[in-house]
Amino acid sequence: MNEMTKIAVQTTLKDWETDQEVRWCPGCGDYAILKAVQRTLPELGADPANTVFVSGIGCSSRFPYYIESYGFHTIHGRAPAFATGIKLANPDLDVWLVTGDGDGMSIGGNHTMHILRRNVNVQILLFNNEIYGLTKGQFSPTSREGTNSPTSPLGSVDRPALPCAFALGSGARFIARAYDVSKNLSAVLKAAHAHKGASFVEIFQNCIVYNKDRFDDFVAKGVADQNQLWLNDGEPMLFGSEKSGGVRGIALDMETLSLKVVDVVDGDWQAAGVIVHNVKNRALAHMLVEMPFGPFPMALGVIYDDPRPTYETVLLGQDEQARKGKDANLAKLLGKGQTWTVSGTAADPI
Amino acid sequence: MATLVDGPDALTGGKDTSNPEAVVVRFAGDSGDGMQLTGGQFTLSTALAGNDLATFPDFPAEIRAPQGTLFGVSAFQINFGSTEIDTAGDQPDVLVAMNPAALKTNVGALKVGGLIIADTGEFNKRNLEKAKYDVNPLEDGSLEKWQLLAFDISALTLEAVKPFGLGNKEALRCKNMWTLGLALWMFDRDRQPLIDWLNAKFGKNPVLAEANVAALNAGHAYGETAELAGPLKQYHIAPVESEPGLYRTVTGAEAISLGLVAGAQLAELPMFFGGYPITPASAILHNLARLKEYGVTTFQAEDEIAAIASAIGASYAGQLGVTSSSGPGIALKGEAMGLAIMTELPLVIVNSQRGGPSTGLPTKTEQSDLYQAVYGRNGDAPMPVIAARSPSDCFEVAIEAVRIAVQYMTPVMVLTDGYIANAAEPWKVPDPASIKPFPAKFLGEKNGPNGELLPFARDEKGARPWIKPGTPGLMHRIGGIEKNPGTGNIDYSPASHQIMTDARRDKVDGVANTIPLQDVVHGEASGKLVVVGWGSTYGPIYQAVRRARRKGLDVSHVHVRHIWPMPSNLGDLLKAYDKVLVPEMNTGQFKTVLRDQFLIDAQPLNKTSGQPFTIAEIEEAIVAALGGDVGGEVDADKTQLPSIKSVNP
Repeated sequence: MNEMTKIAVQTTLKDWETDQEVRWCPGCGDYAILKAVQRTLPELGADPANTVFVSGIGCSSRFPYYIESYGFHTIHGRAPAFATGIKLANPDLDVWLVTGDGDGMSIGGNHTMHILRRNVNVQILLFNNEIYGLTKGQFSPTSREGTNSPTSPLGSVDRPALPCAFALGSGARFIARAYDVSKNLSAVLKAAHAHKGASFVEIFQNCIVYNKDRFDDFVAKGVADQNQLWLNDGEPMLFGSEKSGGVRGIALDMETLSLKVVDVVDGDWQAAGVIVHNVKNRALAHMLVEMPFGPFPMALGVIYDDPRPTYETVLLGQDEQARKGKDANLAKLLGKGQTWTVSGTAADPI
Repeated sequence: MATLVDGPDALTGGKDTSNPEAVVVRFAGDSGDGMQLTGGQFTLSTALAGNDLATFPDFPAEIRAPQGTLFGVSAFQINFGSTEIDTAGDQPDVLVAMNPAALKTNVGALKVGGLIIADTGEFNKRNLEKAKYDVNPLEDGSLEKWQLLAFDISALTLEAVKPFGLGNKEALRCKNMWTLGLALWMFDRDRQPLIDWLNAKFGKNPVLAEANVAALNAGHAYGETAELAGPLKQYHIAPVESEPGLYRTVTGAEAISLGLVAGAQLAELPMFFGGYPITPASAILHNLARLKEYGVTTFQAEDEIAAIASAIGASYAGQLGVTSSSGPGIALKGEAMGLAIMTELPLVIVNSQRGGPSTGLPTKTEQSDLYQAVYGRNGDAPMPVIAARSPSDCFEVAIEAVRIAVQYMTPVMVLTDGYIANAAEPWKVPDPASIKPFPAKFLGEKNGPNGELLPFARDEKGARPWIKPGTPGLMHRIGGIEKNPGTGNIDYSPASHQIMTDARRDKVDGVANTIPLQDVVHGEASGKLVVVGWGSTYGPIYQAVRRARRKGLDVSHVHVRHIWPMPSNLGDLLKAYDKVLVPEMNTGQFKTVLRDQFLIDAQPLNKTSGQPFTIAEIEEAIVAALGGDVGGEVDADKTQLPSIKSVNP
């Protein structure tokens, strides 16, 4: 969309609520994400009439029914393809795509890959609860090894997929991470919206029924400070505090060309070799999305943000170029190629 | 059945065979020999000569199968004449065989007494072995029921292009032009359009252009010389009597593309085409990708599902969404079709059918996706289905599909097949101004009686309003979950599902109110036997019924375009005949639908060889259905396959 023509619309959170009863389980992380989105949209100056929420199938994909905008609840895993068609038909629409770990990483992994690689200008919110909720608790492609579920009573043996690593490998130009109840979620959504192109946001989401408190090892009070690395462009990668047992940072181990955790003494992060985050550094992004939780904190915030021309701009621009100087004369088109004229019949020659 | 297979003498006695009414020529060679190109250019010259024609390109699924093999043979058959031509012809009169494999796989179809032109240069030990010939068939007398003209086309081509200094391989690639030159001479054709085409094609490489032109001229000159020496004869096929107007040749894939463009214009909508490459449907995507100025956006999706999903997305956003595929791809699109039915969005799905199941016969034709089209989705998922009967008919059918999709807010499937998609025929170029437009309407304001928005309120056709995202004040949500009959909000209460299921069915059934009543192509509206066809069996049924009627048999031809819903008078019409015969290139799918819909004793005539029906096959079935009465002799009919036996002096 042309920045000059975008008119900010005044709305409040209430304007983005529908008259539909929300049907998620009480305590579901989806409620917090819904509120964060409804709170953020007015701040973006978004116009409900110009906004479309597209989703696939699953708990997360009920999202469009609860946002007072245009909404399309499609089929399992294919939301990226619908969104691509919507954007190509009307690139001025502001499209948000809501998916989950099953929808976006399993049945729809292919489409997630291609919308990212093409760089269609949409915001993709992948709610990762590491479980299949709506089908009652089977392990998902992001479930950790050993997850007990109805289909893996002995513990799952599948290695979990890493959504952000998958996104980066697919050619995504914007990758961010947050979690449902985080106070920073809104800021991450705004950054995703500001990015022109496909922006991929993985949101850890608590499934209260089938995978309760799965993310407590880094979101629970008391451990959050030590286990969350919030990334800010141009700022050192620091986490923890004096109060929680010391400030630490992420540095580069030059011998192994990998990341390491270093202690920061007296705030002198430079002396400790702590890396300054650069959202345009793709190599750094690769290391951050692969950074294993446990030995390292969970990397959150905007991991990578380096825009390039969007798919619809380039494709439709190419079409526009091809149309230049040509007229759409249907009669001419039908009579194109080598033709001949019959002026009379053999029996009745003219 | 002597009357069905025209023997060598049946039609030649006393008649001037240098001016037959129709001739069937088949070019056959290796996949790499350029036979499709040769056939295509011969078709063009035939059209420019004013003959009516029908073609049948028959090529393997492999792009460049190993040279000289039986499975690597690519053939192109053309039937042309001074009278109406509806099929590519049962049996060729002339077979051009560029190698032993081409001879072996095609000679069986050649009419007794027909002419074989063979390139002896390719009948070497190696190629004979590859074609599994123990003895050279050109020399062992095994071809004696045909006329044989065997000479070294390879050597003659090399000789002709020698001045241009091409490598041996490149030089031999001019063989097809040499052969084409000979064919042009045989049928008294102007070479200039071909020379112009070659110069344009090889514009960047003038040497290649000159070499090909030289080969073309050499082939032509060979004909003249050979005629003097005796073995060859020149024929002149008079132009067909056609309606005055502007004509061109068109393939089904071209006509579908043009029809979609025309349909979108008539609906006043931009078109979005989401496709994924698949044989034989890709040509539609290729064609449309070059028509951007007609408001067309083409999108090559990552798979079949994304192709239809993107098209539905575009329809949702207010464009005409179109997708196309063939059987296996259509299967993948099934779930998304259900969503388009459920959300009631317009969409056109083109299915260029091929042999199935699974990968089946990718390059061969079949009509076996009818069940899939009519019934192949989960749930009660009614969808209009219409079928094209010939390459040029695809134009009208595509427009009709767009009309139904837009007026009824529904996906519509168009059935063509591999034969229609690739085959060419002359087409009288229509005047688009003569077609009635059907502009799409979008909802602009709330439509409820109390000022509320009802996205699933229905008009007199049972269609819901089309609401474009971006329209102020009309925000709403749609999806695949069952919905409230008015607001469209999630509602899977028993009453709601009953009402909505009925509404979706009634809407599609109601399409029958705006389609033409079923007509009779040929014959009467009642009688002993009706042959009911759909799709590409039109040509052979038409000719078979025509022949049978000339013999005095009581048989009529009904050809159904609207497969679902069917024309409202079709049941009564069919019940007016004693017997109903349904020829299909499947195991009896339309027959079953007819039985189900009308409780009639429709009898099947089935063929699943990947080849179209011959006229003779259908005529035999007509005779059998009428109790073996073969009727009188065909007297006046010299439209079919006159022998050119007289080639031998």
